[in-house]
Amino acid sequence: MKYKICIILLVALICTVLMTSCGEEEGTKIVIAGSTSVQPYAEILSEDYEALASEIKVIINGGGSSAGISAVMKNVADIGMSSRSLNEKESGLWSVEIAKDGLALIIHPDNPVTNLSIEQIRGIYTQEITNWSELGGVNHKIHVISREEGSGTRSAFSDMVMDGARITPKAIVQNSNGAVRQLVSGDKYAIGFISLGLVEHQDGLKPVKGLSINGITPIRENVINGSYNLFRPFLFVSNKEPEGTVKDFIDFILSEHGQQILIDEGLISVSPEKEIG
Amino acid sequence: MKKFKEKLSGRIFLLLALSSISALVLITVFIFVQGLPIIAKVGFFKFISGMEWAPGEGEFGIFPMIAGTVSVTLGAALIGIPVGICCSIFMAELAPEKMRKIFRPAIQLLAGIPSVLYGFCGLIFVVPLIRDYLGGPGMSILAGSIILAIMILPTIISISEVSLIALPRHYKEGALALGMTHWQTILRVQLPAAKSGIVAAVILGIGRAIGETMAVIMVLGNSVAIPESILDSVRTLTTNIGLEMAYASDEHQQALFATGIVLFVIIMILNATAQYITRKKHSKTQNKRKSNETKNQTADR
Repeated sequence: MKYKICIILLVALICTVLMTSCGEEEGTKIVIAGSTSVQPYAEILSEDYEALASEIKVIINGGGSSAGISAVMKNVADIGMSSRSLNEKESGLWSVEIAKDGLALIIHPDNPVTNLSIEQIRGIYTQEITNWSELGGVNHKIHVISREEGSGTRSAFSDMVMDGARITPKAIVQNSNGAVRQLVSGDKYAIGFISLGLVEHQDGLKPVKGLSINGITPIRENVINGSYNLFRPFLFVSNKEPEGTVKDFIDFILSEHGQQILIDEGLISVSPEKEIG
Repeated sequence: MKKFKEKLSGRIFLLLALSSISALVLITVFIFVQGLPIIAKVGFFKFISGMEWAPGEGEFGIFPMIAGTVSVTLGAALIGIPVGICCSIFMAELAPEKMRKIFRPAIQLLAGIPSVLYGFCGLIFVVPLIRDYLGGPGMSILAGSIILAIMILPTIISISEVSLIALPRHYKEGALALGMTHWQTILRVQLPAAKSGIVAAVILGIGRAIGETMAVIMVLGNSVAIPESILDSVRTLTTNIGLEMAYASDEHQQALFATGIVLFVIIMILNATAQYITRKKHSKTQNKRKSNETKNQTADR
């Protein structure tokens, strides 16, 4: 008798498992994955978008640019977020630039150095320059901070600054913009690179100083007018021309309203003429 | 019907037991299947002795991380083992019952603190202290060793304490009866007698230190370079996986699994050694007991 009950319960269990896995509806869900640099902005955009189109649910995962792009290739995600340009292998994918983000070199506010050239930065990150005194600062070893292999911010920095040279293995490696900022804000002799939007003083966070590059201060205006040239694209990537809800979401981001949200959050719009006007 | 039920319940238990074993088998097979291709491609010796780690450019050498793991573990052992063994002697022999009742649960609690909290405390307190008073960036072998030393204490203390308590009473009584002081008894009789248990405790503690990821990822700084001093930043095998897995794909991912294989083998060797040592001791005492019994029996006759 008990045995029969067991079997009935087991069958019921299997049925429920099967039914729940089939029960999800298609089309009202947008799955986004990729760069942790783009993620916070995508989250803000998705909140605004969900407020407008309440029947649609946007699910955002991190994972990094490369993981986001490979998720799109494997059809696991609808949109991949990338904070670097696509490489040759990935060039077959559909992509759109949703914004630009400046990259800033940051140091502790007490460090007297204010300006470096690209060559000097490359020197620091290849360990040709190891002391702040060589750069007009105090006589102390430079603590070089970098990002981990595979990070979009690291590859953007490599592309723009390193010119094929390899970042020194002696560099301290942190795995987020926030961790780099936190470390630099507490270490007088450190140098690191993070998203431009995260440099400015935020509530409760200790300040860091953004370095001028070749005399150009790292502020949004200088990125927009083209004089500060350390910036990278934020891309949305898809494995085919988007349609339906995915297209609708991307159109929302590229609309004036969507772009304004990104500008308010410290990014640089992809349509600069609108911003100046 | 009754017989059938007996059989059925036996089968169900077997099935559940098999599921836990199969998890082990699956994980092992998965790690090896994922990691072996890259080791085969790079060459095993080149993989573990290579100095360059740049997966983006096809350089897969994990020697700096092996050096990092060894140096941090050694540091943790140097700090943790003396403290741990002294603490276990205190708890087993010297502490009054009341104090023991506070100490034991407190140390068990230490084992229960999530490792991310250890890392966080290290990042907020230990790293700035080292940076301000000893120089360097603060994220260093020293910081990692201090944090890991605290984390392996519960393992070392509880296992050594148990092996000290488990010693036959007549060891201590005999030593004291011969006129040894309490301290001499501990040092000359009890510690040597509990040696194998303590060695196993140390090995298991070291195994824990090698396997720890979350706490050290936050305080080690993760540079892929051979350290020159204890204030240098290093990367361990575990943090290499933890740090880069999020962004890894293709060969890079395989290389992380291959790092996992190396780690897996090291931990397996350590655990097997610890088990071998305790088992050997166990069988020895059992043999002794048996021979004693037979002796007694013959004497009775």
